[in-house]
Amino acid sequence: MQFALLIFESPEAFATRKAPESNPYLGAWRAYYKTIVEAGIYVGGDPLEVPETATTVRVMEGKRRVQDGPFADTKEQLAGFMILELPSLDAALDWAARCPAASTGAVEVRPLAPESRRRITG
Amino acid sequence: MNESQYTQRTIERVARESYGRLVAYLSSHTRDVASAEDALSNALIAALTTWPRDGVPQNPEAWLLTAARHSLIDLVRHRQVAEANESTLLLLREESQEAMLSAKFPDERLKLLFVCAHPAIDPAMHTPLMLQTVLGLDAVRIAHAFLVSPTTMGQRLVRAKTKIRDGGIRFEVPQERELPQRLDAVLEAIYAAFGIGWDDMAGVDQRGRDLAEEAIWLARVLLQLMPREAEVRGLLALMLHCEARRPARRGADGRYIPLSEQDTQQWSLPLIDEAERHLAAASSRNFAGRFQLEAAIQSVHAERLRSGRTEWTAAVLFYEQLIRISPTLGARIGYAAAVGEANGLQAGLAALDGIDRNAASGYQPYWAVRAHLLQRLGKTSEAADAFERAIGLAEDPAVRQFLLQRRG
Repeated sequence: MQFALLIFESPEAFATRKAPESNPYLGAWRAYYKTIVEAGIYVGGDPLEVPETATTVRVMEGKRRVQDGPFADTKEQLAGFMILELPSLDAALDWAARCPAASTGAVEVRPLAPESRRRITG
Repeated sequence: MNESQYTQRTIERVARESYGRLVAYLSSHTRDVASAEDALSNALIAALTTWPRDGVPQNPEAWLLTAARHSLIDLVRHRQVAEANESTLLLLREESQEAMLSAKFPDERLKLLFVCAHPAIDPAMHTPLMLQTVLGLDAVRIAHAFLVSPTTMGQRLVRAKTKIRDGGIRFEVPQERELPQRLDAVLEAIYAAFGIGWDDMAGVDQRGRDLAEEAIWLARVLLQLMPREAEVRGLLALMLHCEARRPARRGADGRYIPLSEQDTQQWSLPLIDEAERHLAAASSRNFAGRFQLEAAIQSVHAERLRSGRTEWTAAVLFYEQLIRISPTLGARIGYAAAVGEANGLQAGLAALDGIDRNAASGYQPYWAVRAHLLQRLGKTSEAADAFERAIGLAEDPAVRQFLLQRRG
């Protein structure tokens, strides 16, 4: 079963992207990523650029509305995602809890929905 | 404290102390735990309105029992359709009179504990059921500790209680023949509520659910009901030893402090003494069970408070016995760590290498102990790899921070 770990980070965590390699938060992330890959559960994923780079599009009354900034107006912002192959939600929650972002931001765990994909892609 | 505060406190105290006894007694014949709990909460609500007005009754527990029983009769009558419940009603009424005559009623909590940890009940629900029916914790609190939503936990509890009522699970203390295994399930469920299994060298086995106080309370209840069972004392001693070190496990700034570096002055002497008393009482019987051995290992560590040093050879011996009867991953890694201290780092590493790598690869303490041994052996790059894994598997940010610093 595949799960997406949606990683939400605080502004302080986003700021570490410019920090030197020795930054403990980055160090924790390197160790976490390596552990996940070596556990053989990593399917894919990527970090996202900082929220300031986001642009949100809506079409209202047939007109395009473009907003400079992310969709959600929250302190913690989506910072990246990982897709993991795991036997159960419990296992996914274990891995989410080990994520360095879980103790400073939040990690949302969601199963992927292959059924829905089939209905869309036919 | 004014009168109403006093009444309020009394209700809270009686509720806490009598909850399990009342639920156990009220459900022991009907097996309907959910109705017993509903009836008791109705009785507590009644107490909240009646006691401040009429004063706290002479025997608050008996008052609650009578009120809960009336409520239970109403509940059963309300729900009943089947004939079987007629006999339940009759039973309740007869007993009602009996209990009116004497303020005392039998303590059925032991049966209730065995029901909660019955093999027919999903093992994952053993602990939540005990916390709710014996201690009266609400589903929200339990859900929080078990990392699920309150709705989910509520549904699971309802399902488990329905199984108890309708599944033919008897309220009884198991026969001699079954007792060891059934008691083990009860002990496991209590231990599963406790927070930390063991911690050393920043390998932390986060076994339980961080409900240390509740777990200790349950073990005390069990001991009161089964004073002759050595393993019950063993479990209580184990938890008291771990609990005694809680204040020393963190620095003032919240940083993690491994066992070997803890300030022993911060350990709780009364808890250690109590643990030692239980351990001594347990070991006066011949057979040393798993919890007694785990407690004995913790007792070796506690000895550092008095002697200033750790008798690692003694720890190794207890671990050897423990592995013989319960070869868990945690025990084998604890053994390797102790061997590393007693017989040299290389020997410790060899013991660690004896563990199946596949089984251990997702277990944080394995990598923490490995990293620690390799680093002290001067194998820097191998140590760095092990540290990475220990950090990657760490859940507690303080432990993660500590390991990052150690790795250098």
